[in-house]
Amino acid sequence: MSQHTSGLAIETAGLVKTFGETRAVAGVDLAVPAGTVYGVLGPNGAGKTTTVKMLATLLRPDAGEAHVFGHDVVREADEVRSRVSLTGQYASVDEDLTGTENLVLLGRLLGHGRTAARMRSGQLLEAFGLAEAAGKQVKHYSGGMRRRIDIAASILNTPDLLFLDEPTTGLDPRSRNQVWDIVRAVVTQGTTVLLTTQYLDEADQLASRIAVIDRGRVIAEGTKGELKASVGAGSVHLRLRDAEQRPEAAEVLRRTLDAQVQLEPDPVTLTARVGTATSGIAAEQAARALGELARSGVTVDNFSLGQPSLDEVFLALTGHDTQSPKDEVTA
Amino acid sequence: MSASSFAPTEAQGQDLAPVSAESLAALLVGGERPPRPSAWSASLTFGWRAILKIKHVPEQLFDVTAFPIMMVLMYTYLFGGALAGSPKEYIQFLLPGILVMSVVMITMYTGVSVNTDIGKGVFDRFRTLPIWRPSVMVGYLLGDALRYTIASVVMLTVGVVLGYRPDGGFGGVLAGIALLVLFSFAFSWIWTMFGLLLRTEKSVMGVSMMVIFPLTFLSNVFVDPKTMPGWLQAFVNNSPITHLSSAVRGLMAGDWPAGEVAWSLGWAGLFVLVFGPVTMRLYNRK
Repeated sequence: MSQHTSGLAIETAGLVKTFGETRAVAGVDLAVPAGTVYGVLGPNGAGKTTTVKMLATLLRPDAGEAHVFGHDVVREADEVRSRVSLTGQYASVDEDLTGTENLVLLGRLLGHGRTAARMRSGQLLEAFGLAEAAGKQVKHYSGGMRRRIDIAASILNTPDLLFLDEPTTGLDPRSRNQVWDIVRAVVTQGTTVLLTTQYLDEADQLASRIAVIDRGRVIAEGTKGELKASVGAGSVHLRLRDAEQRPEAAEVLRRTLDAQVQLEPDPVTLTARVGTATSGIAAEQAARALGELARSGVTVDNFSLGQPSLDEVFLALTGHDTQSPKDEVTA
Repeated sequence: MSASSFAPTEAQGQDLAPVSAESLAALLVGGERPPRPSAWSASLTFGWRAILKIKHVPEQLFDVTAFPIMMVLMYTYLFGGALAGSPKEYIQFLLPGILVMSVVMITMYTGVSVNTDIGKGVFDRFRTLPIWRPSVMVGYLLGDALRYTIASVVMLTVGVVLGYRPDGGFGGVLAGIALLVLFSFAFSWIWTMFGLLLRTEKSVMGVSMMVIFPLTFLSNVFVDPKTMPGWLQAFVNNSPITHLSSAVRGLMAGDWPAGEVAWSLGWAGLFVLVFGPVTMRLYNRK
C-alpha cells in the first residue's frame, strides 16, 4: 500500500467546522497511523460525521488543516479522492438500483471497462454472501445486507483509507459481528480504516487507537489499554430485590471496593466502578463484594460485571454524560 | 427497549450467506486501480444510471408518453376550428410548436429528480470519487435527453395520424428533433440549479411552473404574434422559445432557417454558460 513518509494516513491540526451558530467541530487534532483501524468514539452530535466528511473532501473546513497521506484535503482534493472510500452513516449506494447495478456503476466510474466491472462486482457479491440478492433492488435489502453492499462498494478499488461512519448502528448483533469480520479482513490487507462509533465495545473490538470526541473536540486519545485504564476496568451492576436495602448495599460496595457508587434511576439498581488495570482484578473484586453483600443480608436479584459503558467513559472523562441536555447538535 | 426492535423483518442477517474472508482477502489484494475515466465516459455512466432508473420504474415515462399525446389532441381540437378553419389545417402549424412546448415543459422534471436524489447517501459516494465533477449532472441530462426523444417521437406519430405532413421530410423532422433535444439539454441546467438551490420538491415544482408557463405560452407556439399588443410582441419575438419553435417549424417544413437555428443555439449556449457553473457551484457546496 502506498504510505506517506511520515507513516500517517491522516493528520489534522485545529480542524474547525461551524454550521450557523454551532461549532460542530471545534478544533480537532488527529494523527492516524497507516495500516491500522482507528476508532473515533463519541455520542450523537459529537462531530464525528462532520469530521469524516471534511476528511473525505465532502465538506470544506472553516479553519485548520487536514492531510490524507500527505495530501491537503482542500487543495489536493482529487489526490485524496483517489485514495479514500466512504461508507456513510446512511447507505451510500443507490437504493433504486440492484446490487449488481450499483457495483457495476461504481466500477465504471472508477475506470474499469464493462467486462472488468461486471467481473469484479460478481466476485464482490459472491465474497460478501450477496450473490442471491444481486438482482434485487437495494431498497429491498435488510439492514445487514445494505451494510455489506455498501462496504463492498467502498472496496471496489482497494482504497488506501476507508471511512466507516457508524457502520453497525441499527444492526442486529449477528449482522454487526459480520461487519466486524469484514473490517478485520480489510485492514489485514493493508487498508487504513477510520471507524466512527457510539459503542465502546465496537471500538474495543476493532480499533488499535481510539480518539474520544465530545462537542467537537478530542477529549481523550490513546490505545485501548490507556483509555480503559483512565476510566477503570469495568462496572458492577446490581439489581436488588428490595429498594429499602439499597443504601446498605451502597455502603457495602463502597467499603469493599473502595469505589464510586452510582445510584441508578431505578430504585433497586446501583452501579459501582471496579478495578483500575485488568479485568481479572475487577472480577475478583466483584466476587468479594458479592460475598460481603450476602453476609450483610442484602438480597441480590441480578448481577453483572461489564466493561465501562460509553456513558461511564464520558462521565469519567468529561464529568457529564452523553445525553447532555444543552448543546445537542445533530451533525 | 421498544417492541419494534424485536419485530422480525423480511430478511434477517441469519438468512444471509456468510462473508467469505478468503475470497475477500484475494479480492483486496488482486484489485489494481485502472486509470480514471474520461469526462465523457463518466457522464455516460451516469446517463446509464438514469436509464436504469427508468427500467426499474417505467411509470415515470408517463410524462413523456401520455402527457404529450394529451397536449397534441387537446390543442389541435380546442383551437383548430377557430384559428385555422379546421384541426387538420391547424396541426400543420401547431405540431412543431406544441412539440417544443411539451418537451420544454417536460424538462422541469429534471429539477425535481435532482432535488429528491441529492439528499440520498449515494451522493456522498459520488462526490468522493475522483471523477470529472459535472459528470453527475450531465448524466442526468443525458438520461433526460432520451426522454425528450421519446416524447418527440410519440408526438410526431400522433401528429402524423391526425394529418400532419411535414414538407421537410424525414431529414427535416430529424433535424428539428435534434435541435429541440439539444436546446432542452442546455435549458435543463436552469432546473438542475433550482433542484440544488431549493429545499423541497414542492418548491422546485412551484418555481418551475412560474418559469415554464409564461415562457412557453408567451411565444409563437399557438398563434402568430402579429395580433398581440406591442409590448407583448417585444417579449414574444425575443423569447428563446419563439426562436426555437420557429426554427423547429422551419426545419420540419424544409426551409432550413439558418437565422432561427443560430438564435436557438445561441440561447442554448447561454443557458449552459450561465446555469452550468452556478449548478456546479451549488453542487460542490451541498
